[in-house]
Formats: sequence, C-alpha cells, structure tokens
Amino acid sequence: MTALLEVERLSKRFRGLKAVSEVSFAVPEGRILALIGPNGAGKTTTFNLIAGVFPPDEGRVTLKGRNLTGLKPNQVCAAGIGRTFQIVKPFGQLTVEENVVVGALARERSVETARRQARAVLERLELADQASRPARSLTLPDRKRLEVARALATRPTLLLLDEVLAGLRPTEVDRMVEVLRDLNRREGLTILMIEHVMRAVMALSDRVVVLDHGEKIADGAPAEVVADPRVVESYLGAEALD
Amino acid sequence: MSGLSGMVPSGITGRGMALLVLAALGLAVAPFVADRYLVSVLTTVLWFAYVGQAWNVMMGFSGLLSLGHALYVGLGAYVSAALFVHFGIGPWAGMVLAMLVSVVAGCVIGFLGFRFGVKGVHFALLTIAFAEVARIGFDHITWVGGSGGFFLPVEAGASDPLNLRGSPVLFYYVALALVVGALFLSRALLHSRLGYQWLAVREEPDAAEASGVDLFRARMTAVAVSSALTALGGVFQAFYFNNLFPEQVFSMGRSIEIILPAIVGGIGTLVGPILGAFILTPLGEALTFLIEAGGLDLPGLKQLFYGAALVVIVVFRPEGVWPWLARRLRLVRQPGEGA
Repeated sequence: MTALLEVERLSKRFRGLKAVSEVSFAVPEGRILALIGPNGAGKTTTFNLIAGVFPPDEGRVTLKGRNLTGLKPNQVCAAGIGRTFQIVKPFGQLTVEENVVVGALARERSVETARRQARAVLERLELADQASRPARSLTLPDRKRLEVARALATRPTLLLLDEVLAGLRPTEVDRMVEVLRDLNRREGLTILMIEHVMRAVMALSDRVVVLDHGEKIADGAPAEVVADPRVVESYLGAEALD
Repeated sequence: MSGLSGMVPSGITGRGMALLVLAALGLAVAPFVADRYLVSVLTTVLWFAYVGQAWNVMMGFSGLLSLGHALYVGLGAYVSAALFVHFGIGPWAGMVLAMLVSVVAGCVIGFLGFRFGVKGVHFALLTIAFAEVARIGFDHITWVGGSGGFFLPVEAGASDPLNLRGSPVLFYYVALALVVGALFLSRALLHSRLGYQWLAVREEPDAAEASGVDLFRARMTAVAVSSALTALGGVFQAFYFNNLFPEQVFSMGRSIEIILPAIVGGIGTLVGPILGAFILTPLGEALTFLIEAGGLDLPGLKQLFYGAALVVIVVFRPEGVWPWLARRLRLVRQPGEGA
C-alpha cells in the first residue's frame, strides 16, 4: 500500500499564532482518510496548505512523490487534487451545469466534451434535473453536492472534502455517504475529508487523523481513535453532548 | 435568467430572433431613409454600443472594473492619427499598432493590479490613474499637437475608404460593422473555454482557481481583448472627427460615458451595451435639441440627465434593461424551459 498524498511536518503561523504545527500524515492510494478535531484545530488550514491557497512556513506536501509545496491552487488542481469549500462557493449566476463545465475544463480543451463530462458527473451526484437552474437558487444540500460535482469534474486522483455533510439532514447524509463510498470503491478515488458528522466518519473512513490546537494528537483506525482518551477529552466529549 | 443562458442568444426564442433580424435590417437600411443629422446620431449610438461591448469584456465577463477606458480610446486614436499624419500610414494598417500600444498599456495596468493583489475599487482607481496620466502627458507631447489639439487633414468630398476618408455614411457602416463584429466575437468568447473561465473568475475567484483556472492569465487576457477592441474605437474616433484633444479624449467624463450604456443595458449581457447606447444617446441628443430649441443655455444638463438615468436604473433595474426586457417580451428562453 503506497501513499498517494504525503504531508510532512507541515507548519503555518498567522501573526505568531500557530495554526498548524508539524503535522504529518499520509493518505494511502484508494483509501478514505478523515481529518477530525474541534473548531479551530487547524483542519481547514491544513487543507488550504495542501491545496496551495497559501504556502506552508515549513514542511512539504507530495502527491505520488511529486513535490506540490508552493504551487498555486490551479497548479495543485492540475496535479490531480480536487477540493470543495466548507463555505460553499458556487458560481452563483451560472447554471449548475455551467458550474461543473468549468471544473471539467481543467483537463479538457473542448467545451462540448467538457459539457458531456459535466452531465455525467451531474447524473452521478443526482443533480441532473437541476442542471439548467442558476446555482444561486439551489438549496444548501444541493449546493454541497454541486461543490463535490465541480471538484469531481476536474478528474482528481485525490478529492479534498471540507465538511460536505455539515448542515445536511440524516437522510441527505446517507445519500452523500453512498455516493462517496461508490466513488471510492468503484473508481478507486482517494478521499481526504474534514468531517464533524461522526456517523459518516465511522462509516466511510479507513483511517482517522485528529488535530487539536494545530497539532496531531491521534492517527489510526477509526475504532482505535475514538477510544483514545486524548481524543475523547479534546473533541468527542464535547461532540457527544450534541 | 442566469449565466450563459441569460447572456447568449443561444437560448433565443423565435420572437427574439425575429426582433434581432428586424433591428439588423433597420440598421442596414437606415442611411437610405434617415437624414444627415439622424445618421450622425446613429453613428454616435453605434460607437458607444461598440466601446461599451469592449468594456463589457472586462467588467461584464471577468468582473474587472475599469473606470479608465478612455485611455485605450485615446491611445488608439493618437497612435493611428500620428501614423497617418506623420508617416502617411492609413488606419487599416495603423490600427494594428494602435491596438498593440493599447494592449501594452492594458497589460502594464493588469500586471500591477493582478501581481500585487490590487482588487475591486482599488483596481478601478489604478485604471483612472493611468488615464489621467495619459491626459496630462499628452498635453505636453507637441509631436501630436499637445494641448492645442491634433488635427487630421480633411479634404472636402474626399472618398478614399482605404484611408477611412469619406462621407458620414461610410463611417456609419464602419461603426455598424464594429458593433456586429464585437457582438459575434463576444458571443464566441463566452462560449469558449476562456469565456467559462472568465465567468468563473468573475463569480468566485477562489473557486475558479481551485478548479484549475490561472487567475492571472484569465484576467490578463480579458484586459488584452478589451483594450485591443477599445483601441479600434479610438481609431474610428480619430478619423471620424479628425481632431483630438487630450482634455476630451482621455477625460474621466469620457470613461464614464463609455460604461453607462453597458450599465443601463445590462452588464455581462451581450445585447445590454447595445441596447443601453440606443436608450441613452438618443435621449441625451433629444434633450440637447430641446434645450437649444427652447433658447436655453444650460451646460451640464446632459450629464445631469445621465446621472438621473443611472439612478433610475440602479434603483429599479439593477441587472439592466435588457435582462428585464428579454424576460418580459419572452425574447430568450428561461432556464428550465428546454431547447
């Protein structure tokens, strides 16, 4: 089992505040890894460091052995990493289909071919019947699905999902979990997800990494991690009260 | 109405197409039925429609607010006029260099803005600054007349279309060709890969970048296309009016006049800038005519009128007249209505 994504001793400070501190983990090819932790633990910052939103102060990120550190987001996308945004960022005035076409055009020069690929992705995410609606008119669950669709259309080898299940009703969570499991099992898509919905984390992930105050405090199989006293204290204890 | 479906006549209805053909026919035969004055007004309308379309590529398609488009008009005008007066090079050849100079200026502004993260209103200020520097600078370039103005030789009754010398009707058709050309070019661009990327950058730059779009490149191409097209408007202006004054050509007021039709008609739409020019210019002309007929001397009333028109639009139709009209008259298909 080889690592597709390797994050080594990644650190980032914002005005002296340690957002991420020497975080290392690896995502094996074809697996689903969940990144969990309390709010402000540095999960989204870690995502942004991987996706090239800003460069790390120290450490490096490699995909299939290729160093991605310091690349811009569009170059990271070209390298094979697709991402969603925690606060959804649809191209509001464009239609749902046009949103996904933009993603497909990352690897496709012909608009016609990109449109065909976009339709296929929309079918997959059960958004086909919304294709010609303006993206801004979608409900939150559909916007979350659109985020995934647009990222998938860039044909990534690794998909970064930032809380795509947050705010969804249990039935909607189950539908999304099914779609993600299917993408992983049938197409071998590797997924790194930030997630608070523990039910989905337990159902989907092969491995769980826990961050707290910018540091990694646990890394292992889901069942082991949730039994870890440090994890329970810093994160799950609080969550369990919800 | 949204996105490409709302902007591009690909979703045009039969009724919309009929109206489009009728308008095109009307404009094609206009000089045969209209008098000299009306032809000159229509030429002005078409000129504003054209430069409005050029500006729309930056603001409407890519979300880059330029308030200094007079810069590109002026550079295009002065370069082509200087080539003609000093070297005898006609406008058809001269326009290539005119566009090139404009694109270089645009790319300098773009580079400064996009490399150093100058965004939104601050980017707009940068565009104003460059236009103002040009306005003051050209006052002192005596090679092209300085503040005293630069004049192209005029021969009465000359007819030399190859050098863009001829009757007002010639200029009318050249302006019409520019508008039609810009319309088809804009449409083709919007349907291209680049067009999708522009719209994505306009809507959500971060998400566009995460979807593989090179923000710097996308924005620079928008500036380049827009400045090149606008320069052609400048070439036209130089040979139509035969005189250029930095105070007018590069003025802030001119930059504003350029963007008003697009705002009134509908930013980001294909038809908006054209419709806006057809609404604003004739109304402005009629106002001037009425004031003069009434024997009044009220300088600045036209500007006041433009200001009022803008307020009305911003308050009642912030998306512009065209999207509303197209919906009301069912000129384009609504999303979800099928092909």
